Amino acid sequence: MTVIDAPPAQVPDELTPQRGRWHRVRPFLPLVALVVMAILPYSTISLPGIFEGPVNSPGTLQLLAICLIFGGLAAGYDLLFGRTGMLSFGHALYFAAGVYGTDILVTRAGLPLWQAALLTITGGTILAALLGAVALRTVGIAFAMVTLAFAQVGAILVARDFGGLTGGEEGLPLDVSGLPAGLVGVTNTVNLYWLALAYLTLVVFVVHRVSGSPTGRVLAGLRDDERRIGVLGLDPYRYKLVAFTLAGGLASAGGVVYVLIVGGASPHITSSELTLSLLVMVVLGGPGTRWGPVLGGVLYMYLDHRLTAFGTSDAVDNLPAVLSHPLSQPLFVLGTVFILAVYFFPGGMTSLAPRLTALTRSLRPSPRR
Amino acid sequence: MSTVILLTLTGLGLAALYFLVASGLSLVFGLADVLNFAHGLFLGVGAYGTWWAAGNLPGAGPDGFGFVFAVAFGVAAGTLVAILVELVLIRPLYSRTIEQVLVTVGLSLAGVALLQATWGADARPFPRPDWTRQVTGILGAQVPNGGLLLIVAAVLVLGAILAFLRWTRYGLVIRAGVENREMVTALGIDVRKAFTLVFAIGGAAAALAGALGGVYFGTVSPGQGGSLLIFAFIVVVIGGMGSVVGSAYAAVVVGLVQQFVNYYGTSGLGDICVVGLLAVVLLLRPQGIAGKVATA
Amino acid sequence: MSARSEPGLRAPQSRTEAAQLEPILTVEDLSVRISGLHILQGVSFTVAPTGVTVLLGRNGVGKTTTLRAIVGLTPPAGEVRGTIRMGAQSLLARPTHRLVRGGLGYVPEDRCVFAGLTVAENLRLAERRGTTPAYDKVFALFPELDRRGRQRAGSLSGGQQQMLAIGRVLLNDNRLLLVDEPTKGLAPKVVTEVAEVLERVAESVPVLLVEQNLAVVRRLARDAVVLSAGRVAWTGNAQDLLLETALTKSLLGVGAEVRA
Repeated sequence: MTVIDAPPAQVPDELTPQRGRWHRVRPFLPLVALVVMAILPYSTISLPGIFEGPVNSPGTLQLLAICLIFGGLAAGYDLLFGRTGMLSFGHALYFAAGVYGTDILVTRAGLPLWQAALLTITGGTILAALLGAVALRTVGIAFAMVTLAFAQVGAILVARDFGGLTGGEEGLPLDVSGLPAGLVGVTNTVNLYWLALAYLTLVVFVVHRVSGSPTGRVLAGLRDDERRIGVLGLDPYRYKLVAFTLAGGLASAGGVVYVLIVGGASPHITSSELTLSLLVMVVLGGPGTRWGPVLGGVLYMYLDHRLTAFGTSDAVDNLPAVLSHPLSQPLFVLGTVFILAVYFFPGGMTSLAPRLTALTRSLRPSPRR
Repeated sequence: MSTVILLTLTGLGLAALYFLVASGLSLVFGLADVLNFAHGLFLGVGAYGTWWAAGNLPGAGPDGFGFVFAVAFGVAAGTLVAILVELVLIRPLYSRTIEQVLVTVGLSLAGVALLQATWGADARPFPRPDWTRQVTGILGAQVPNGGLLLIVAAVLVLGAILAFLRWTRYGLVIRAGVENREMVTALGIDVRKAFTLVFAIGGAAAALAGALGGVYFGTVSPGQGGSLLIFAFIVVVIGGMGSVVGSAYAAVVVGLVQQFVNYYGTSGLGDICVVGLLAVVLLLRPQGIAGKVATA
Repeated sequence: MSARSEPGLRAPQSRTEAAQLEPILTVEDLSVRISGLHILQGVSFTVAPTGVTVLLGRNGVGKTTTLRAIVGLTPPAGEVRGTIRMGAQSLLARPTHRLVRGGLGYVPEDRCVFAGLTVAENLRLAERRGTTPAYDKVFALFPELDRRGRQRAGSLSGGQQQMLAIGRVLLNDNRLLLVDEPTKGLAPKVVTEVAEVLERVAESVPVLLVEQNLAVVRRLARDAVVLSAGRVAWTGNAQDLLLETALTKSLLGVGAEVRA
């Protein structure tokens, strides 16, 4: 089983028809998926067309690890967008803070990884709390613009290389000499993969716990109608700040893992385009659902990497230029799919599954699967 | 002294560019509540349209009347794209603000990728009349003509938009709609026609910014619109959404601050100051310098 | 001051007499749900083709929601069910500007004049291609609007703004006027002025009026529809309703009685 085969496990509970054995197995499916994902590196299966090498080759594992990181990032971003209704255009900032923070502390300051990681995540969380405290003074579109502008400052700081810390346009390769040996080198990619899987699990767990808590219900109330929460005597500002800070902290933690996987920081991760892609991931997957954003993030990153290869493949090259050129641009394909998604399946992929189930059931007379 | 004059005029040139992008954004947001991330695409279409026309269209060229024709073609292309975007993509989603933003986000990603697919990711030299490469001495400062051209164009566009808003029936509908869209329909006016119109105006101004920005920078690249767009957003917020005059003031402030601080401070510090300015304005006056409240 | 003490021309006709005429507006089983809240639950009533029908009820029972549903201004998050007909024509699911062009005049709560535009511009906005705007009629009713043409509408007094809001609707011919709380927040003297104007307007066009001020209701209304918790609680002759203190009190609340 691969990531692509995972969707049956991701249907939200309330949307699936209840039926016998299937229903009893369902709650354990995420756990099964997790175990499958965890033992995946031991498999040597080759999936031509889906991955270039065998599943346990370093190249494939690195791609999978990046996909998992973005699954986690999207789930964290969904805490803002899907679950609280905050449209932030600056989420890339906290991810970038994690990436550059770790990189700078390890490479420039020579700190051990665990110290660098701890400092970075703390710093990223505080940054989110401070900027959130300012940005949340505004609401709606103005909030989107302020977060966008703050993230732009991050992009400028990185690109202009103040104090010679970030390496500017060149980026900053991670100095691996001081890192634990198990996280360095091609042969150890599998450990980074597990780290990424752990990160995704952590984010899903945290987001799930938060949205199930009383705080989560207030956040959902804010998304639906902020005034009603105000009427209840609760301070929307405080709850939104909690969500914003938490999401920022999770994003910077993602940055810490990402910099290890990629082996350095490059300025493109600070761009507003990254936040926009997070938004695309969440909407494609299904905002406010447990597995939608994760799926969206994983699939988006997978397509983003694989479509480049697909675009240069013979099948596409043989098409007339009018078609082959745009199809060789992953962002063109993803952007177009995204627009279509907004129109035709606003609930994202997770909303498709029950519709498909309903369709197949209506086509088949027998109620049994 | 000549440095100050040079910085002022180049700052105003930058301000002109911001204004051309921001005026349309501001009207579109003020009237239709659409935060248009695809606005940078209109700019890109204008720039590439002009670039393409100068090289391929009979009668158009990099100089004299041919250049004017090329720019007119670019502006027409940008306007057309803006109208199509409004009619096909935005209109079915009116009153669903978030979905509209999402669609424009998707469009900005896909549109820039399409430009990139068609003409490559690298910057291309922009065709421009020779006189725009030269400088004019003003009070001892050697000011690039491309910047002066931008300033003149922005002032003309500002005048034209204001006259349109002030003296025409549709201008009246737009001004009223920015204040209270619902009430305009309650007077029996189909306000959606005005939406298409502000998209067209915004698209034309942005496309002009693309063409003249190409002249100013000397090159054209697919990502140009995106980086300008963020500062144009800042100008819109500081100026007050829906206010063209506010956008003009804010553009001047932002352009000058950026130019002066980047010169006298460190490069990049001016950009950061602008964001700081945005934060201060929003905290003190959420509705911007002028115009309606910038919330939701 | 009571309508009983000054009979004459505007003495209310009887309900039965009016009911013989075909109603100008028929609302049947109207339900409105806005973001999950049932604001209206199966409201049915008719509006007679002459005179003033008043829509009464305590705050928050859905009077404004009813008017907005009729004129097609239910917010996008809302859901409208039922039927609304003006004459034989169904009004539901038609865009607001078409309804208004079809002769449905709407004077919203809180006037909603365009504060940044001049008085003349506010009026000009209501002009329509192919018809001659009735400026003489409007200026005869509100000479003030003529004199203050170049003033910004935002700088007018509350009463003047209300005159402007009514005036710009009267520039065109209407088959029915919807008027939402025209006297809200106005000084007593101005309330009387507005009531006088509405009285003259109602001579030529039927009016569906939402009004809290029972003195104004007593002066203008012939028919009354009382809403309570999203449902119609009472319909009948408005003057009869006002005579029954206990009924008025239970339907409209104590606050209403004090103002009356």
